[in-house]
Amino acid sequence: MGNSDTLDEGPTGDERPVGAVSGTSVSISEPANVRLGRGKLTLRRFLRNKLAVIGLIGILLLIIIATLGPYLLPWGYLDIDKKAFLKPPSAKHWLGTTQAGRDVLALTIAGMRKSLIIGFLAGTIATGLASVVGTAAAYFGGWTQRIALWVIDLLLIVPSTLIIAVMMKGGVNHDYAWVVLALLLGAFGWMITGRVMRSMTLSIRNREYVLAAKYMGLPPWKIITRHIIPNISSYMIVDLTLGVGGYILAETGLSFLGLGIQAPDTSLGTLIGEGARMATTYSWIFLTPSAILVFLVLCINAVGDGLRDALDPSSQSGGSAA
Amino acid sequence: MSLLSVRDLCVSFPSEAGVVQAVRGVTFDLERGQTMALVGESGSGKSVTSLAIMGLHPENAKITGSVLLDGTDELLTKNDEQMSKIRGLRIAMVFQDPLSALTPVYAVGDQIVETILTHSPETSKEDAWKRAVHLLDLVGIPDAAERARAFPFEFSGGMRQRVMIAMAIANNPDIIIADEPTTALDVTIQAQVLEVLQAAQAETGAAMILITHDLGVVAGNADHVTVMYAGRMVEQGSVDDIFYAPAMPYTIGLLGTVPRLDHKSGEALPILEGNPPSVVNLVPGCPFAPRCPMAIDKCHESEPELTATGETQAGHLSACWRLEETKGLSHGDIFEVPVVRRNELTTLPRDERDTVLDIKNLHKHFPLLKGAIYRRQAGVVKAVDGIDLDLRAGETLGLVGESGSGKSTTLLEILELMKPTQGRIVVLGNDTAQLSRNARRSLRKDIQVVFQDPMAALDPRLPVFDIIAEPLGAFGWDKAAIEERVFELLKIVGLQADHADRYPQHFSGGQRQRIGIARALALNPRILVLDEPVSALDVSIQAGVINLLEQLQQELGLSYLLVAHDLAVIRHICDRVAVMYLGNIVEIGDVEDVYEHPLHPYTQALLSAIPIPDPKVERERQRVVLTGDMPSPADPPSGCKFRTRCPKFLSLDADSQARCVGVPPELSVAGADHNVACHYPEVLRVI
Repeated sequence: MGNSDTLDEGPTGDERPVGAVSGTSVSISEPANVRLGRGKLTLRRFLRNKLAVIGLIGILLLIIIATLGPYLLPWGYLDIDKKAFLKPPSAKHWLGTTQAGRDVLALTIAGMRKSLIIGFLAGTIATGLASVVGTAAAYFGGWTQRIALWVIDLLLIVPSTLIIAVMMKGGVNHDYAWVVLALLLGAFGWMITGRVMRSMTLSIRNREYVLAAKYMGLPPWKIITRHIIPNISSYMIVDLTLGVGGYILAETGLSFLGLGIQAPDTSLGTLIGEGARMATTYSWIFLTPSAILVFLVLCINAVGDGLRDALDPSSQSGGSAA
Repeated sequence: MSLLSVRDLCVSFPSEAGVVQAVRGVTFDLERGQTMALVGESGSGKSVTSLAIMGLHPENAKITGSVLLDGTDELLTKNDEQMSKIRGLRIAMVFQDPLSALTPVYAVGDQIVETILTHSPETSKEDAWKRAVHLLDLVGIPDAAERARAFPFEFSGGMRQRVMIAMAIANNPDIIIADEPTTALDVTIQAQVLEVLQAAQAETGAAMILITHDLGVVAGNADHVTVMYAGRMVEQGSVDDIFYAPAMPYTIGLLGTVPRLDHKSGEALPILEGNPPSVVNLVPGCPFAPRCPMAIDKCHESEPELTATGETQAGHLSACWRLEETKGLSHGDIFEVPVVRRNELTTLPRDERDTVLDIKNLHKHFPLLKGAIYRRQAGVVKAVDGIDLDLRAGETLGLVGESGSGKSTTLLEILELMKPTQGRIVVLGNDTAQLSRNARRSLRKDIQVVFQDPMAALDPRLPVFDIIAEPLGAFGWDKAAIEERVFELLKIVGLQADHADRYPQHFSGGQRQRIGIARALALNPRILVLDEPVSALDVSIQAGVINLLEQLQQELGLSYLLVAHDLAVIRHICDRVAVMYLGNIVEIGDVEDVYEHPLHPYTQALLSAIPIPDPKVERERQRVVLTGDMPSPADPPSGCKFRTRCPKFLSLDADSQARCVGVPPELSVAGADHNVACHYPEVLRVI
């Protein structure tokens, strides 16, 4: 039925009163020619999504706690209280202690900081690599594409867990082992996304607006960053948010196996791994890091959803202003 | 007793924004053998009406009113299972897009057999197959017995539509509903399909509901017309009543805004301001009132009912509060006709103007590759095969031809600004083969493009400001200058400053096309390449964009290279026209000369295929209908490429025919500014 989208479109163009589109009372006092930039429009649309804002606040809160926490707590995560081994929460140790007498709250905060950094770093590296390689391969075609696909296929058949394990073994005692871990996780995690982005770009690169940009004299990298990447950004954002959660979990798995972060350094994964063994009897060690992990991933996903809707003009978040 | 009588049919859908009142009170009677046209712009409810009659509406639709078949059989109360006994047997439908309406994985013969067997299971398979072949033969599929085993993708668009028609008449239906049956097709194929549709109707004696937005098609094919606007019938009557004594200002305006193929007016087209209203949360009053120059207070207060217009025949109804006064008024009396200011440049004789674009012997060949692993060249598609064009400052050159004739390839080849396969492209004195990278980039400032589909040509992720600012940013304008220029451009193309913050999807088609034009104008180009700039727009919107293009040309001294399939639009805006067939130009010259004295048989066929929105003219017109489809550009005929479809060729004796087969005709001078590539040119007036 050809006309259904015309029907659903709602008020078009002229019928909307001037100024109604900006939706806030501020705009009335502004002169008529004041224009919102693209970033401001996106921000405003993002702020309309309550859940996403809560998620964003949640993430910011966790980041603040992770950064400032160590300075405010009575116990450092490396300190050992020789009078309290494996004690339940008390006034002295708010979330209890571990078998070695370390404060669980301090450990959780330190672990969360590490996990957050690793997750975001690995996720950004993977999504960034995927979008650059995928879009460039599809846009330029020819040899660029062939070489990119060879690399992708090669990396896909390499046993990545094994390689990470081997490389991490050599750097266990290194202070920046976690950076290497994040880099490796990112470097081995982008291939599938890269392929998907390549096929998405293929469908976009012959759209008329891309042709129009080309005939306007825009250089290729600008066409890719302005017209192609924003139009596949909803996929990128979903990938990034799922990725951040995924890499935190991957780090957990590797740490659990003794291949990731090693004591005395800590991470959510190390803590959950340690706590899991005693989860039924000494649950406090396991519960807090797990709850934080779940909350963190939920927040990231809510922000991801909000961003996707804000960037996509056809979503409902434009509606409430109309 | 009427075959089909529809009474007060209303259809509404729930939606996020509110109730969509798609159809509000449609009433009509359809008699055996008659054709009724439902005319309206997109969103006017014409398709929804037909789907509701067929019982094919979405499940969440709310339908009231009555649809009686044979005067007794109420269709609206039937469930899907009962309706499926009527669909295909009593009422058949021909859809707009013949590719998506046929199942791709079954042979077309099998699909027709299925239609037959569903409604008469006692028929043997052999008989059904024979009937399928007979039907395909009837609708003009050559070698029907063999082609019945072919799959939909092996047919061209026109042939697929013929298959659809064969399927529709398989069970001798009483009513055929044709929903925009020719919109997706080329004009020459449209003429063929309309003829087949009429033949099919004659064969079965069926009544037909023809849904279309093309007033020319209505004039040539319909007995009665119902005009719809915003879900409402606004005028109804015999085709002569509607075309010669329209009473509702909307109908009058619609007829007036269409450019005419048969005469050239030097003036701008009268325009219907604004857009059709959204059918969600309708305001009270006549829906056309906001766009109607004759609207009075009453029009904004309550909606007029359909009433008889009186003096003409009984059947002519119209919904307007000021019927008494509209009598005898023409569109020029009601609607404003903008005055186009003339530029000095356009009064200068053509020879004294600068040549802005010069194309010599342009070829564009695409290799045809075969093989999965080792790809070897199996042939060459000669999309453009040696054309010469020149475009002078301030003039408009139109390129016409069926799809596959190489028009769009020519445009893209020019826009690439690269060295062509063969030949030369000179833009403003620069040979594209010798341009450096930087020179090519700075030349892009002077040659810009407006695309056909205004939705596809605007990045949906960018607000309008960024879209228009884009070329400016690419050429390093500073921010303040960009800001100023964008608002200036918005004003030039008739948009408001506060539109800058919105996204393309918040605009109607016509406004989107204006945004596209503003973007193309941003860098002050000298040449504008227009690829079907109005074909995706509604009739009432089209005129505004055409006027804008004309006015911009006069004000800015632009040169246009325009591709369009609508020859009436070409006649209205172009100074010169080039007719293309299979990569060659077969006729080129002054638009008036070519239209009034077409020499090439292909030009004659193209012109004659365009329906004219005038029933009397249509009835008396002799059509040159081309047979078959355009041959594949990978394997064009020898000699004159058009000879396989040429009506002239058939009338020649054997010796003369040998020349057409053996020698490709060259473009030769046939008038002051009129060249033709035909061995036996002869003027035939077709309009």
